[in-house]
Amino acid sequence: MDMNQYLEIFIEESKEHLQACNQHLLELEKNPENLTIVNEIFRSAHTLKGMSATMGYEDLASLTHQMENILDAIRHAKLTVTPELLDVVFLAIDHLEEMIHSISEGGDGKCDVTDAIQKFKQIENGEKSIPLTTTEEIAATVEIKTLSKNIYDEFELTVLQQSAEQGYHTYELTVTLREDCLLKAARVYMVFEVLEKIGEVIKSKPTVEQLEDEQFDQEFTVTFVTKELENIITQKVLNVSEVERVEVVPFSIEEMRQHFGKTNETSENLVQVENTLLNIEETPGEERSEKSSQKANLGNKTIRVNIERLDILMNLFEELVIDRGRLEQISHDLNNQELHETVERMSRISGDLQNIILNMRMVPVETVFNRFPRMVRQLARDLNKKIDLEIIGAKTELDRTVIDEIGDPLVHLLRNAIDHGIETPSQRKASGKPEEGKVYLKAYHSGNHVFIEIEDDGAGISREKVLAKALQNKIISPQSAAGLTDKEVYELIFASGFSTAEKISDVSGRGVGLDVVKNTIESLGGTVSVDSNLGKGSIFCIQLPLTLSIISVMLVGIQDEKFAIPLSSIIETAIIKKEDILNAHNQKVIDFRGKVVPLLFLKDIFEVPCVTENDDFHSVLIVRKGDKMAGFVVDSFIGQQEVVLKSLGNYLANVFAISGATILGDGQVALIIDCNALIK
Amino acid sequence: MAMTLTQEVKIIVFQLKDKEYAIPVEYVRSIEKEQHVTRVPGVASYIKGVINLRGVVTPIVDLGKRLDLNEADNTENTRIIVAVFNDIEVGLIVDSANDVLDISRESIEPAPEIVGGSEIDYINGVIKIDRRLLILLDLEKVMNDVGQFQGIEGK
Repeated sequence: MDMNQYLEIFIEESKEHLQACNQHLLELEKNPENLTIVNEIFRSAHTLKGMSATMGYEDLASLTHQMENILDAIRHAKLTVTPELLDVVFLAIDHLEEMIHSISEGGDGKCDVTDAIQKFKQIENGEKSIPLTTTEEIAATVEIKTLSKNIYDEFELTVLQQSAEQGYHTYELTVTLREDCLLKAARVYMVFEVLEKIGEVIKSKPTVEQLEDEQFDQEFTVTFVTKELENIITQKVLNVSEVERVEVVPFSIEEMRQHFGKTNETSENLVQVENTLLNIEETPGEERSEKSSQKANLGNKTIRVNIERLDILMNLFEELVIDRGRLEQISHDLNNQELHETVERMSRISGDLQNIILNMRMVPVETVFNRFPRMVRQLARDLNKKIDLEIIGAKTELDRTVIDEIGDPLVHLLRNAIDHGIETPSQRKASGKPEEGKVYLKAYHSGNHVFIEIEDDGAGISREKVLAKALQNKIISPQSAAGLTDKEVYELIFASGFSTAEKISDVSGRGVGLDVVKNTIESLGGTVSVDSNLGKGSIFCIQLPLTLSIISVMLVGIQDEKFAIPLSSIIETAIIKKEDILNAHNQKVIDFRGKVVPLLFLKDIFEVPCVTENDDFHSVLIVRKGDKMAGFVVDSFIGQQEVVLKSLGNYLANVFAISGATILGDGQVALIIDCNALIK
Repeated sequence: MAMTLTQEVKIIVFQLKDKEYAIPVEYVRSIEKEQHVTRVPGVASYIKGVINLRGVVTPIVDLGKRLDLNEADNTENTRIIVAVFNDIEVGLIVDSANDVLDISRESIEPAPEIVGGSEIDYINGVIKIDRRLLILLDLEKVMNDVGQFQGIEGK
């Protein structure tokens, strides 16, 4: 079977399962008693094992198998959940992620997992002995289980008794399906069909419903009455494909009755133990079926669509918008009422269509936030701090392209908050705070922007320390230092070559970090700011545009050409007289609201062919990059417009100061100016 | 150029100045009429700019200039041949698109050394049909040498 066509699905689904494992493990750490969570993890791990074995990734399958063993032990109360144990499970998940990553990059998914497997085995063997010695009752139940895998009630026993009297043999069949069996329920059905031709199934474990829902591993047991002999049954069942093994055990009612009686005689303790054992095995089953029906519902409502297809859809739609523009023009010229109305209706519908298409590209920030709890846990353990991460607004949606870029800056800021912000438990205690530090990660919509805030209740930023460091690293001069407001001082930590942590740790970098964060966010058309309260904590606020594919621009005319400048970087527009331009060191500047602003003649920078001589007035756009300002001189302002951002393609990958292009209503291409490249 | 087992090759024939050139049809996505080109500042002089090709911003190369001939004059017949090579889509401005021909592989001869000029670098071979001489263009070189030229002309 050619597996390549499934590879993409495999990778996607594996990632989802690993994510689910991560999430549930974290929950489990908080409620170690909750076996439902263990079951969830087990289910994810199990599916992952099955998938990877089918796809032929042996290492992946074997590691998940080990992990499953551990989980199984937890599930059956043979192991207790400890942070150390979870560490090993997390380590295993790290390995799994690595392998999936390697597969998605075209590798073979092989990875040295011996350390994790070793640790798993240690745990498995090391701790198993303890629970075994606890009570004899458990041993007793285990004994019953080995004799007969099913437990029968009085009614079933009577039926069996009667069948025996009529000359039927009773057997217990344990059927094991192959591990890579894809349609387990179908195989079970086929086995039942075979059995029902030659006899009658009295009972099965798990129940028939559970079997139909594939809620079992590889094995199931049926109690079966027939006149046929053992080897014939075995033969017939083995004829069903993907059945690996059939075990037929003759069943004796007397023996069963004996045990039944014996169990009745034993103390209440045993019944209790048995009950709890049964509960453990049954309740998760119910929960699971609930969960799986939920899953099925979700599955019906969503489909996976390649982002490329959405891009194509978007492109086609833009074509439509351009033609719509033309139609509007024509209908305006012809002045035909009917045409007028039709065109108007079309415009409205295409407007709705545009919203829908743009919405399809939106992804909840959850996809990025999901990996943070895990990371924070690890960091907290590494740094010996106690940290509680609270995520608010994970459902907030952002354009796919922004989502892809925002991960790294957020990691940086979170690490920063945990490493530099939150103090050690002892320090916190000393300053009268709870030992556990709080970090909030909050996302919300506001207007045309999405805000992401990272807030901690740590030590806050010390103005003196920042200033001292900035002076030491010559980021600011002593003269300007005195006049800075607190907020301006805090913003200094985004300057390159800055690190206030007295001790350099490998957690958050060496001061190269925050300026990278700032740059990344600005390149996405967003801004980042910081505020702090010494001793109370600090807050980083990131503002991002809702989408990268549609931006608001100011269209300007430079001679005969049109250019677009992102509105986000424009502060205001002005018209200045020629006489107002001053010269400072060969640099033309203007005095703008009391500030000296350098002027940039876009005509010269972009070598626009000169057609007309300019008059005595200049149109100037005041543009900012961070806290620096510049004035761009253009010939005319055409107006503000929402445009669709397009790349210039691979052939023109790096054009100076041009970040992309857009298609205007008349079908022509206008270039979008990258203001950040023009202001140093 | 990839060699297939078929003996026949379909080529698009176009005119630049007084010579006829050819490229295999599988590299041609479409042939467009002349339309408004938006100039892109700060790139090699043979890159005329970009056009809107059904919603995709496509760079346009003046093939005449690229081959160090004179810049093409815009006439009624001027066409843009949109070619795709290694996932890079580029429109080539030519004086006119003349023909689509089936030729046999054997009729492709290596480029004669004497053709001269820098044009030789971009030639994959020549095809002789009756009295016509078609120059088979090496698209890979035409499209991929950008870096070198940007170095000279960039500012």
